[in-house]
Amino acid sequence: MTDLKKMASQIRRDIVRMVHEAQSGHPGGSLGCADFFTALYFQIMKHDPKFNMDGINEDIFFLSNGHISPVFYSALARSGYFPLNELHTFRKLNSRLQGHPATHEHLPGVRVASGSLGQGMSVAIGAALAKRLNKDSRLVYSLHGDGELDEGQVWESIMFAAHRKVDNLISTIDWNGQQIDGPTRVVMNLGDIRRKFEAFGWTTLETDGNDMDALVATLNEARELTGSGTPVGIMMRTVMGKGVDYMEGHHEWHGIAPNDEQLKIALAQLPETLGDY
Amino acid sequence: MLKDIKVTGQKDTRSGFGDGIHELGKKNPNVVALTADLAGSLKLGPFIKDFPDRFFQCGIAEANMIGIGAGLTIGGKIPYTTTFANFSTGRVYDQIRQSVAYSGKNVKICASHAGLTLGEDGATHQILEDIGLMKMLPGMTVIVPCDYNQTKLATLAIADYPGPVYLRFGRPVWPIFTDPDQEFEIGKAQFFSRGNDVSIFACGHMVWKAIEAGIILEEKGISVELVNIHTVKPLDEEAVLNSTRKTKCAVTVEEHNVIGGLGDAIAQCTSKHAPIPIEYVGTQDTFGESGKPMELLKKYGLDSPDIVAAVEKVLKRK
Repeated sequence: MTDLKKMASQIRRDIVRMVHEAQSGHPGGSLGCADFFTALYFQIMKHDPKFNMDGINEDIFFLSNGHISPVFYSALARSGYFPLNELHTFRKLNSRLQGHPATHEHLPGVRVASGSLGQGMSVAIGAALAKRLNKDSRLVYSLHGDGELDEGQVWESIMFAAHRKVDNLISTIDWNGQQIDGPTRVVMNLGDIRRKFEAFGWTTLETDGNDMDALVATLNEARELTGSGTPVGIMMRTVMGKGVDYMEGHHEWHGIAPNDEQLKIALAQLPETLGDY
Repeated sequence: MLKDIKVTGQKDTRSGFGDGIHELGKKNPNVVALTADLAGSLKLGPFIKDFPDRFFQCGIAEANMIGIGAGLTIGGKIPYTTTFANFSTGRVYDQIRQSVAYSGKNVKICASHAGLTLGEDGATHQILEDIGLMKMLPGMTVIVPCDYNQTKLATLAIADYPGPVYLRFGRPVWPIFTDPDQEFEIGKAQFFSRGNDVSIFACGHMVWKAIEAGIILEEKGISVELVNIHTVKPLDEEAVLNSTRKTKCAVTVEEHNVIGGLGDAIAQCTSKHAPIPIEYVGTQDTFGESGKPMELLKKYGLDSPDIVAAVEKVLKRK
């Protein structure tokens, strides 16, 4: 197993354990995006865990679908932004690890609150524009749920980014086809989202978000495509609940916690590679 | 005496904003401006001409504008978002709440065409709830300057005042009666007269209406303390209480619903520390309608005679 794959497995264990301990949270999308966060934080981005809000001369990341906070927190803690044992405080009183990510408690690594959906791309665009004004050549990354594309504001921002040629932005869509009330094609059919992004003037890529090698290659390719006058979108196919067989592909696991027995089954499927927190 | 206040000109407060941000553009390279297809109405022309790279046209997409504003602060920019007050607040409340206020972002939400004096466009555009909406957000500063000069100074001042700010101004040409060199301090009430019988607390355009009323009251021998609460939040509680402890009654005057606005802020402050009778001049939990600004102020009970009547009423309740 390569280092990245080991990290992804450990992050998946963190996710399941955090949500189990809190008996609350969103394991499905978190597990699906564990490989993405691993690739981004441990391979792709140049970033500093000492954390400075402005992120000058760093690549910076915005999580728009804030409910997958467990994977975000695990990736940040394992990158050194805050102590690993703080993951025990997830969703508890007096914690910096709020149910949805926030800056209010000054958790290092988080640059804006998210949770109410549809807002993150706008913020990412703003940060990308600030980088341009500051002559900072690093990139801005953002992640969005596919269900989140139901929100009209996302399309406002997609239109703006192309119009204003925000070409230092790489936005990824977690295309798992699931949202709270059911499959996206039933709740609100997204159609061909790649073609929609293209029609709005984006350069797009498509990848398997649960194949680490393919994912890293796509993220590298995306970086090569920046600076060419268009924003870059990655349509990332993932499986909700990836890595835990009884969760995989089931929208019911969007936002519920495993019980003790389910935790045991899950952990048996996820090798402890780098030590549990 | 209020009758000694000199009117030095007539201009819309939004021009104070436009001139203020233009001046600011020269002074502070971090200031950037955004609009949602209302650059002309917000008088951004000179700023756009001189600082094209620091101007962001967002189209008719206010939610995206607020989010971009929040993002621009990450990297040290000071974004001024501009559109009408209705689209600056109600339309984008959740974006302001999550991406700006809860996230503690240094975004300046600059809102023109507030209140009834927007005029003919009617109730869809005449927001009368925005002060309340904004002042309920934790950490949000709410400023409602009274004339062109003060709006310009407020526009300059908020750049150096960290944190989210809601700056509310308007459309109509309005008397200029404050000094261009006045000392403008955020959170510090401005006294136009000192008196012993009644405190009048006003903000925005209604400060002028309160002055007109105050002149009539002075002629009747009533001693008026007229206070401009240009910063509705944080409220200058010390100034309010010093005044009401002396006068023992108050009238509040705002181009806003009496629910949730300046009147509520004064009432909460005084009832907590030193209760007094208060009369509220503002819209009485109603929407507006089309009409000329002065016709509307008259119909909805916000003209100077209404303020005089409110003072006479509150004096009887002392």
